[in-house]
Amino acid sequence: MNRTALRFALYLSIIALGIAAPFIVPGIRTQLSFLWIMIVFALTWDILGGQMGYNSFGNVLFFGVGMYACVLIQQHSGLSYFPALFVGIAAGGLVAVAFAALLGWGILGLRGHYFAIGTLGLGIAAAEFASGWDLIGAGSGLVTPLYPGAVGGRETFFYFPCFILAIVTFLSLRRLYRGRFRLAINAIRDDEDKAEAMGLHTTLYKTVAWCIAAFFLGLAGPLVGNLIGFIDPRDVAFASSSYGVWMLLMAILGGKGTLWGPVIGAVVFHITQELFWTYLLGWQRVALGLLVMLIVIFFPTGIVGWVRERWPERFGQRVDEQAQRTADQ
Amino acid sequence: MIMLETQNVRKTFGGIIANHDISLQVDEGSIVGLIGPNGSGKTTLFNSIVGQYPIDRGSIRFRGNEISRMRVPTIARLGLLRTFQQTRIYGGMTCVENMQASVQQSQHSWRRMLSDVRPEHTEKAENLLQFVGLYSKRHLFAGDLSFGQQKLLEFAMALMSEPKMLLLDEPTAGINPTLINGLVDRLQRVNAEMGITLLVIEHNMNVIMNLAQRLYCLAHGELLASGTPEQIRNNQNVIDAYLGAH
Ligand SMILES: Nc1ncnc2c1ncn2[C@@H]1O[C@H](COP(=O)(O)OP(=O)(O)OP(=O)(O)O)[C@@H](O)[C@H]1O
Ligand SMILES: [Mg+2]
Repeated sequence: MNRTALRFALYLSIIALGIAAPFIVPGIRTQLSFLWIMIVFALTWDILGGQMGYNSFGNVLFFGVGMYACVLIQQHSGLSYFPALFVGIAAGGLVAVAFAALLGWGILGLRGHYFAIGTLGLGIAAAEFASGWDLIGAGSGLVTPLYPGAVGGRETFFYFPCFILAIVTFLSLRRLYRGRFRLAINAIRDDEDKAEAMGLHTTLYKTVAWCIAAFFLGLAGPLVGNLIGFIDPRDVAFASSSYGVWMLLMAILGGKGTLWGPVIGAVVFHITQELFWTYLLGWQRVALGLLVMLIVIFFPTGIVGWVRERWPERFGQRVDEQAQRTADQ
Repeated sequence: MIMLETQNVRKTFGGIIANHDISLQVDEGSIVGLIGPNGSGKTTLFNSIVGQYPIDRGSIRFRGNEISRMRVPTIARLGLLRTFQQTRIYGGMTCVENMQASVQQSQHSWRRMLSDVRPEHTEKAENLLQFVGLYSKRHLFAGDLSFGQQKLLEFAMALMSEPKMLLLDEPTAGINPTLINGLVDRLQRVNAEMGITLLVIEHNMNVIMNLAQRLYCLAHGELLASGTPEQIRNNQNVIDAYLGAH
């Protein structure tokens, strides 16, 4: 079988498995929904962190504003459940993009470590802000509207948008990374001064890249909010110390700057984490911390990066022997 | 027609006057050399021209437009490009990708931004890599190339974006002596066949005397002399400050 057919078979089996999963193992369908969300987290973090070399600690902000935007619309629009949900999710994505465009204008001018530090406070500031705003429930949070279907139906219902979001995010980035967009953001990662000296519209590319990440995160927020049924500024919407950190851990674990790395990282991380939570009660955070240290020490370039270093030819890196010989003559 | 003209360009760093009221002219289609001892302000002048630093005073005109207040990418999109003395390439990308990323950016649109790499650009990238002698290395990471090879790649990247004028900062530094003649030949072809005006910083006197039609010599941030290679070679000030030291 050639590579295209192999890849097609792989995609097909992932999709088939994704559709069947909530019926095969209904007991863990919430965890599976979160698995898809984790993949979205890692993939969107990697657009800036991996492909563009801008480590963001603040992406959770977009997830949170999307979530709040959606739930507020669900509560106040007066529409019935499903239309309100639909409008809310779309609004979540758009509001997140608006935030990214505005913030990007301000802090994407910062380089390297300064950008990372500049984003560090975003999630925390947003959580503080939301905790003090009564209209959006302040510190006690908001409860999402009751799902109108049968008991337990909600978990199955929300599984599918999570699954679809992950697939759509993956395919969109795959498309994006195939073309000039990736070349431009990789150039910014490797040497932004050079990119500017070559006339690249660096500011535009950086802002658009962040808006794309924000869009998918803004769609993920509403899904998670409704899946949990309750949103709280510090632990759900703007959960910097969990979701915010996991985003980059998963991307680094899998191999940042690659398409599959974040996906693999998210799967490995999520499964490990679920196992730790089940079997290492009380020690799960310690174990997770240790795991992270081991990863950084032994797999600094992530799982995919490690494979790539072993078999560079498989990734299209080669000296053209024929041309080499003619050149040497 | 005058391609590039600087008038009384001054650039200071703290107490150091790196460029002391430099005025020079580069005619369209010509090859002009910029020479001078280490630290005489040659690279600083390049940086000033392409907008890397705000200049303290003076005027810089490119094809008649004042560019001294413009930002680096804007100037580059006008067709005035520079290469760096300490080469700068995209180390984590392959040579072909380096080239593809260097496609001219002057007509920008959203569709182009999100579109695929065009096959004709890939073909052009490969032709130019062939031109500088890096074709066999085209699928290697640029960061794994030697210094000299990176220098050649950077040159090819500049050509990829079809500039009107190129500022080259020591193009032969780090290039194997046996290959230097070939490089000089290529620079001449770039000038003659592609119609690119060249301003070249160079320490190798053989190279620059053969290449340039006109030379400017800097010393201690000041313009010491200008003229044809012959005039420069026989200029007593230049001999005392620079050539004599060799
Ligand atoms: N960014 C900077 N900050 C402070 N001083 C600088 C800076 N750039 C250059 N200089 C100073 O300006 C002077 C001219 O430096 P420049 O790099 O232009 O010399 P150059 O002619 O290119 O020398 P070389 O032939 O060695 O490359 C030097 O004294 C240098 O120390
Ligand atoms: Mg210099």
